[in-house]
Amino acid sequence: MTLAPPSSRVQLTDDGKLRHFLSLEHLSRPLLEDILDTAAGFVDVGGRAIKKVPLLRGKTVVNLFFESSTRTRSTFELAAKRLSADVLTLDIAKSATSKGETLLDTLRNLEAMAADMFVVRHQDSGAPFFIAEQVTPRVAVINAGDGRHAHPTQAMLDMYTIRHYKGGFEGLKVAIVGDILHSRVARSQIHALNILGAEEVRVIAPRTLLPADADALGATVFTDMVQGIEDVDVVIMLRLQKERMDSALLPSEGEFFRLYGLTNEKLCHAKPDAIVMHPGPINRGVEIASEVADGPRSVILNQVTFGIAVRMAVMSMAISGQESLAAAQAAREESGHGH
Amino acid sequence: MTLHWNPEQIDSLLRDMASALESMDGADEAGTTALVGIESGGAWVARALNERLGKPLPLGVLDANFYRDDFEKRGLKKSIKPSKLPFDVEGAHLILVDDVLMTGRTIRAAMNELFDFGRPASIRLMVLFDIGRRELPIRADICGEVLSLPADQRVELSGPEKLEASVQAVRNGH
Repeated sequence: MTLAPPSSRVQLTDDGKLRHFLSLEHLSRPLLEDILDTAAGFVDVGGRAIKKVPLLRGKTVVNLFFESSTRTRSTFELAAKRLSADVLTLDIAKSATSKGETLLDTLRNLEAMAADMFVVRHQDSGAPFFIAEQVTPRVAVINAGDGRHAHPTQAMLDMYTIRHYKGGFEGLKVAIVGDILHSRVARSQIHALNILGAEEVRVIAPRTLLPADADALGATVFTDMVQGIEDVDVVIMLRLQKERMDSALLPSEGEFFRLYGLTNEKLCHAKPDAIVMHPGPINRGVEIASEVADGPRSVILNQVTFGIAVRMAVMSMAISGQESLAAAQAAREESGHGH
Repeated sequence: MTLHWNPEQIDSLLRDMASALESMDGADEAGTTALVGIESGGAWVARALNERLGKPLPLGVLDANFYRDDFEKRGLKKSIKPSKLPFDVEGAHLILVDDVLMTGRTIRAAMNELFDFGRPASIRLMVLFDIGRRELPIRADICGEVLSLPADQRVELSGPEKLEASVQAVRNGH
């Protein structure tokens, strides 16, 4: 499997519209702001008598989950259904590819069923890029998390949440705390915060949970939680990904909680109006205390609500980009016939 | 033909429309009667109309872009605003307001969206300008001015504080 190519070439149409949504690297600030603005239009849909808009009526969205996930899968499914698309969710780990069919065979079969969008989650970094380069024109690919590489819709829903509570990104100090090493969410969050103009992005973790190139991430590295959290506007806690740890990276969960777990006591060092976020699912008493997770500064459940709107925005913008690409192609062909 | 309407001329049209609305039959006293302006020009007109009514009505705004039938052709418009209807649509008498009525497709999209909020008792339509070229069987109950424009011209409203309008050449072919 090839690693991600420069994402703008694959993700964007010639006129800069979103065609696939695979990674935030190389995307522009206006495009990210456009996603957030479009999502704002979708937020209220969930509160209506009929929780649907007809934008993707007649389109078929296929959720291809090579790696299990309940929350991301269900929010993508709900987002597609709220856009009136037909949705097919395939747990690939348990189906065709395990019978010997290759990934490309699976893709070709789904294309033959006239799918318009693949939402892909894969344990290998770069898999959604590979799929985006292989699919036929008019099929959009959305990355729902690949290996340790990227989880761009999660990062964008986090950006939406920050903008909702803080009004914007100028002058903001944001701390991302915990298992940075295994976190595709953290990587995407750092890209998004830098693109959107946050003043300072900090990562806080023990050395064993920091990538070797931590300094190159575009964030200030702290190994002391209290120092790192000092005076920040936003604290993003990450889930300790125990299933990805193949060696003893931590002395114990208790030790991790003592040093890096977010308690009210540690939160006192952040700004008084700091918000607390977590991509979920949370490990209570491991990376975050229940008193904080359920406390007044926690916006964790609002992140989930906003996540559906952000995914609706990304899906509709990608389909729109594909449509404009197809229209441009048809116009080129028509003018070619004209000569 | 007038090619420009200054704020005083627009005010005159709005006063006539407000007067027509107040004397219109059929608004049920028992139910909510509310104005719903279609973003963005219709919302400006609805707000201006409300200021000219003897008794202001509950006011909502609707952005029908998620309901348009030409999404595949035109794509998604930038900066779609959330629709806000601060009253119960179920059983309400709604006055849908837009700045310009042309094909009728925006009105159809707006009505489709309204029904996703609930089942109104009635919907009436008020527009500042009707420029014809209808593609759907939709007409305005109250209209400020009816115009007959060549296919390559359109009337455009500017606002929101001072409302002015002028006839412009069609841009982008829509």
